[in-house]
Amino acid sequence: MDIGKIDQIIDKYDGEASSLIQILLDIQSENHWLPKEALTRVGEKLNVPMSRIQHITTFYKHFSLSPKGKHEVHVCVGTACHVRGAERILDTVHEVTGVGAGETDPDLNFSVETVSCLGCCALGPVIVVDGEIHGNVEQAETAAVLTELKQAETTEVMQKCACE
Amino acid sequence: MSRIKSPAELEAFRKEILAQRDPDKPCITLCSGSACNATGSGKVAAALELEIEKQGVTTEVVSRRTGCHGFCEQGPIVVIYPQGICYLKVQPEDIAEIISETIKKQKIVERLLYVDPNSGERATLEEDIPFYKYQKRLVLGSNRKIDPRSLEDYLAVEGYQAIAKVLFEMTPEQVVGEVKDAKLRGRGGAGFPSGLKWDFARNAPGDQKYVVVNCDEGDPGAYMDRSVMEGNPFAVLEGLMIGAYAIGANEGYIYVRQEYPLAVANLTVAIEKAEEYGLLGKNILGSGFDFTIKVHRGAGAFICGEETSLLNSLEGKAGEPNARPPFPAIRGLWSKPTNINNVETWANIPMIINKGAAFFSAIGTESSKGTKIFSLVGKVNNTGLVEVPMGASLRDIIFKIGGGVPGDKKFKAVQTGGPSGGCLPEDLLDTKVDFDELSQAGAMMGSGGMIVMDEDTCLVDIARYFLAFLSDESCGKCTPCREGIRQMLKILTNMTKGLAKEGDIDLLFELAEATKGSSMCALGKTAPNPVLSTLNHFREEYEAHINEKRCPSLSCKELIAFHIEPEKCKGCGACFRKCPAEAIEGGKKRIHVVVQEKCTKCGGCHEACPAAFDAVKILSGVPVPEATPEEARAIG
Amino acid sequence: MSEISLQIDGKEVAVSAGTTILEAARSLGIEIPTVCDHAQLSPYGACRICTVEADANGRTNLVASCQYPVEKDMVVRTKTEQVDKIRKVLLEQMLSHAPDSEQLVALGQIYGADRDRFEKEASFCILCGLCVRYCAEVKKKDAISFFDRGAKREIAFLPEIAMQECWDCKECFPLCPTSALQAAYVLTEALMTPTEPAAPSCGGGCSSSEGCG
Repeated sequence: MDIGKIDQIIDKYDGEASSLIQILLDIQSENHWLPKEALTRVGEKLNVPMSRIQHITTFYKHFSLSPKGKHEVHVCVGTACHVRGAERILDTVHEVTGVGAGETDPDLNFSVETVSCLGCCALGPVIVVDGEIHGNVEQAETAAVLTELKQAETTEVMQKCACE
Repeated sequence: MSRIKSPAELEAFRKEILAQRDPDKPCITLCSGSACNATGSGKVAAALELEIEKQGVTTEVVSRRTGCHGFCEQGPIVVIYPQGICYLKVQPEDIAEIISETIKKQKIVERLLYVDPNSGERATLEEDIPFYKYQKRLVLGSNRKIDPRSLEDYLAVEGYQAIAKVLFEMTPEQVVGEVKDAKLRGRGGAGFPSGLKWDFARNAPGDQKYVVVNCDEGDPGAYMDRSVMEGNPFAVLEGLMIGAYAIGANEGYIYVRQEYPLAVANLTVAIEKAEEYGLLGKNILGSGFDFTIKVHRGAGAFICGEETSLLNSLEGKAGEPNARPPFPAIRGLWSKPTNINNVETWANIPMIINKGAAFFSAIGTESSKGTKIFSLVGKVNNTGLVEVPMGASLRDIIFKIGGGVPGDKKFKAVQTGGPSGGCLPEDLLDTKVDFDELSQAGAMMGSGGMIVMDEDTCLVDIARYFLAFLSDESCGKCTPCREGIRQMLKILTNMTKGLAKEGDIDLLFELAEATKGSSMCALGKTAPNPVLSTLNHFREEYEAHINEKRCPSLSCKELIAFHIEPEKCKGCGACFRKCPAEAIEGGKKRIHVVVQEKCTKCGGCHEACPAAFDAVKILSGVPVPEATPEEARAIG
Repeated sequence: MSEISLQIDGKEVAVSAGTTILEAARSLGIEIPTVCDHAQLSPYGACRICTVEADANGRTNLVASCQYPVEKDMVVRTKTEQVDKIRKVLLEQMLSHAPDSEQLVALGQIYGADRDRFEKEASFCILCGLCVRYCAEVKKKDAISFFDRGAKREIAFLPEIAMQECWDCKECFPLCPTSALQAAYVLTEALMTPTEPAAPSCGGGCSSSEGCG
């Protein structure tokens, strides 16, 4: 990630050490993960020890220290979704994408995360695919949404390889 | 518009807004909370804008995108005022008809009305729908009337009247006194008296003090705070400002989960608007009172709902709790006296000031006053946000407002209070919504999650579910919480897999006692509650898992098997087609058989089998009958 | 500072405000077991075996004596049946990580803890935080830190800092109640030895591991 961009984010918060989490959140949303260089830069500019940054980036669930897949799938496993079968939806996501909760595939196509509640409990079970909420999903519907994305990726890879 | 410099200017501005609004002019409101957005509210809004233009009614009708109406399962929701005609599950293609019929000809579009699943009757008006009829919406009420990003809309519903009154007619002591007299108790969990809490921070020595809004609503299955923050952010800002004046703070923080992007967005707009109009910043309304607010997004940690963890997180640290005492009222943010309340608590404050302590304390029970918002979810017909007066019974909430359990299923339990709360069985359904009564019953008010469970929900699995959640969400600092949850979770996981041992229940009790007794913060101290309450009320389910390796709810995957009864199978192939694991042997006019070794127990065959045949059975605690031999599978 | 009088195990004592129950007890010669407490470090409250029973303001609570400040007319009991039961379970939980820790084994004998009660855990660390806190508070080097949370919480050296600071210090080693800390350091050293970067999955310069056949 571009150092200039990181500095811009830090400056937005006046370089205050108390804004550490806010700054990391902005970098995460800009870059989808937190590269080592970014953390080092933030540590230097805010004068915060690396130990604290490492603790924070592993403590809060939203941060990722490795690159995320092109498509981010979040499966809500809040209580309301759980009693309406979220676990089975998670199984389906795993079956279709080959990616388990908290994982990203080596080709960086899919990242799958569980979330503990999106506040859309009335629509449970809920999955979020690339920021779009799908409510009242059944296994078949989940599979359909993801299979479509997966096929698009496979086609793209094949095209890419063919031209090389 | 420039800054509003005095209460007189505020009133003049309010009059000007109201004068421009004709209360008899049709107003189409469209719910635009997170849930309705997920079901397509954005597309409906676009259609609405287009159609109003196309049918030439721009001057005859007003449209407004509002916050959450609460009946989330039926979204997107459209309500047409002044009558209050309520249309549910509205799609973009319905809009043309709504305008041509209801707006132009005053005719109702029948197919969009609510139909009672029990009686089959339709309801035209919002207030006739049972879901709304039995509620008392003091806090949520404004959500459906205002655009959360419009300060003018908030002013039109008496917004900022309370702060003007407080700043010019009341001393800080009087404000604290009013909140004490109202007997408001914190809506975030433990129900501590808010006025008393304010008094502690007010009387704490120090010039610099802080007020904080806790919108780190991490309870899985609860979303009241999200809806209030998304739908009526100005009310929260006004409440916070009143608290700041009473306590002697000039800076406030709002801690919001980043999982709630719409709440963050609406709140940010509201703060900008308030600053623009001088309702935040220096010398508010010419009173000499200064107040600023900063928004802090949480980065995904349930523990940050706990006060001291939240404060550590605000300071840019990991969200680990501090020992109390000292309490935040004495030593809080940056070691200064700090008062933290949750969103719903703050949102109650302007109403208490406007309507008076007597009005508020007349609602509810002896020890719990006012109303409480619950998110009524799970296995219940009408899911959504429900605001009821304290003292309403769980039975009324679940059956009158919620319409009971869907299908022919039997109610089993209701879980309140989130991971710190408990599960109550049918014979405790007459328990009233009241801080103390719920605690006595072994549950908890908590922040207001209310999850209904039916006969298919296994309560051993529910206890396991909550402990798995807590094992991940504990900060891990102290031994009893980290290790106690780890060990309890292992035992419960074993139970759901049929690997439990005799004596496990006693061990659970022992671990629960140590975790409860010696953990540092409320997360650990209450972590055993889901186990203890289910053990208390549903011990026979535990015993079945341990002694018979049987899951009475037929839910624990490792304890069940799917079996097709040969005499009932008609060979229709529905299950065969549905099976994702190729675990069913079938064929035309042949008895179908589940190959147990291949079955992933997804339940697809059970759902697919036509009700008239009812051939697919779920077995638990009994051996699976031998498969019909190949040669004997032909039907007829 | 004003004096606060209280009673611990039946003995009267007066101490200055802000004193913890643990300190007050020690001034009376009453021993309360601790694992994460250290004279040079601020109270942390992680191990919780210093839990005692205290009556104050008409209520009886179980509190961690290392952090709880004394209150006027407080009545403290450092040994009760319930407190001993809690200490026993906590020790058993810690012993599942570090069954050979001399300190834990000795305490375990006092409270009748069975070190085999719970299945052995993979990590030896009991997360008392002595090393992390000592490095931060006393040495001010921050070469070792907590990572993650909940059941996954662990400690680890930060290789870049550790390689510069730890070699000549190692003052945290003897603080560790288990023998795990030194091992963690050795592991960090090993990890710092540069290794070949992993080869890309497809020789053709394509980032994909499939579809290149």
